[in-house]
Amino acid sequence: MLDIFSNDNFISFILILLKIIALVVPLLVIVAFLTYAERKVIASVQLRKGPNVVGPFGLLQPLADGLKLFSKETIFPTVSNKIVFLLAPMIAFSLSIAAWAVIPLADGWVISNINVGILYLFAISSLSVYGIIMAGWASNSKYAFMGALRSAAQMVSYEVSIGLVIVTVLVCVGSLNLSDIVYAQKSVWYVFPLFPMFVVFFISALAETNRAPFDLPEDESSLVGGYFTEYSSMLFAMFFLGEYAAMIMMSGMATILFLGGWLPPFNIAILNDIPGFIWFAGKTSLMLFTFLWVRATFPRFRYDQLMRIGWKVFLPFSLLWVVLTSGFLIIFNLLPVSI
Amino acid sequence: MLSVFFYLFSTIAVLSAIMVIIAKNPVHSVFFLILTFFNATGLFILMGAEFLAMLLLVVYVGAVAVLFLFVIMMLNIDFNSLRTGMIKNAPLGLLIGAVLLGEIIFSYLGMKYGVAGTPGNELFVVLSEVENTRALGNVIYTDYIYLFQCAGLILLVAMVGAIVLTHRKRENVKKQDAVKQTLRNKSESIDVNEVEIGKGVNNV
Repeated sequence: MLDIFSNDNFISFILILLKIIALVVPLLVIVAFLTYAERKVIASVQLRKGPNVVGPFGLLQPLADGLKLFSKETIFPTVSNKIVFLLAPMIAFSLSIAAWAVIPLADGWVISNINVGILYLFAISSLSVYGIIMAGWASNSKYAFMGALRSAAQMVSYEVSIGLVIVTVLVCVGSLNLSDIVYAQKSVWYVFPLFPMFVVFFISALAETNRAPFDLPEDESSLVGGYFTEYSSMLFAMFFLGEYAAMIMMSGMATILFLGGWLPPFNIAILNDIPGFIWFAGKTSLMLFTFLWVRATFPRFRYDQLMRIGWKVFLPFSLLWVVLTSGFLIIFNLLPVSI
Repeated sequence: MLSVFFYLFSTIAVLSAIMVIIAKNPVHSVFFLILTFFNATGLFILMGAEFLAMLLLVVYVGAVAVLFLFVIMMLNIDFNSLRTGMIKNAPLGLLIGAVLLGEIIFSYLGMKYGVAGTPGNELFVVLSEVENTRALGNVIYTDYIYLFQCAGLILLVAMVGAIVLTHRKRENVKKQDAVKQTLRNKSESIDVNEVEIGKGVNNV
């Protein structure tokens, strides 16, 4: 049992730790600047300037916000369930970080290259509902609880269509490994043959991350702040960071499933010279920009409309597309794995 | 290294399973149940059954337990009435426990002394040799296709049954028909009238 401390294991353990730190620290910085990007993008859409006071172009605004939240007092509502109240933001935050363990940022740049990578991502995103539902219950407040219930129903509903979209891609790839999914797109990115699925995935991703126009769990005009109404200071910041990390994760997932991950758009020498990481980051940023663009453009959906789209439109449509895709692959004998 | 993780996961799993029973608050019980599932996932991964592990997370933790939690949070539970009836329910609990223990013992014996070539024995393939998603798919969709489809049909019937039982038709509910709504146009929904002062409109 003491072999953890033997030399070889120890070195590989330290290496893994270093890799994790090298991933998580830049990720948190990106999350911080995503909040800045969001405010700037929305400001531009609405013909305002956005944050421009702290630092050059307001670039230090996220640091100032972080510092402010850090120095605030953490308030526990008297009737709340303290332990669960404290655990909820931690779960939300750590889950959204944990998902990054399997995402290949470039060829071979992945902490854990597991066989069931896509299922792992799917599992993590379905678990993230617990942070929200625990927060809603532990706060012992009407608004928080309503927000949590809405969120739980919404995430469970949209997971179904995300699952079917993933199945469509997997049928074309023949592997659940994320790196294999990217390799399979060497000739053509899946966004072209599977464009309708890409649209379904993107909209479901908006719902899954509780973003506008599906941000009903934190619907401020009817629920004050939704599930984090009672939260303050760093506990609130953890929810906030978790939400944005989940957004980046969903964008990364869309990049891997449909936009060819780290692969350049054409197989030309000059494009191949640009490191894969840059391509991955660029495509993910494009997806993130679309997230922000959508938020600034569309009004919030009503709850029954949200459920209608999820169950009555996306579910039958993506199921049909799974059948169509697999039928097409079988007829033209294009299945990646021989039966 | 593996044994450290095995003991870690199994200890937490057993402890949280005990906590499911003795926790005073039913919502806490569900949280402990989820923790138990989570550690079972860890054990599956240690065995090399990563596909089953992920399915356990997605299906049980991600969907079933959420709905479970939903129901328990919404119910107005009388905590005192839950704490009675220990003696009455104990025999049933013991019986179920005994059956499960028996099954574990039998499957262990089957694995150890089972005859090669008998049906069911091919399930114990060495998982490191073949990717286990593929191994599972090869068995489920060929040899056991009828049983598999049968299980699916049973679930479908259960689902339809649940919907039929709980669905009630209510009168006078105002519902939005999204198709009708989007097909509306200006000419049939807006009537522009020039109104003379003091006269009003009659033909509305």
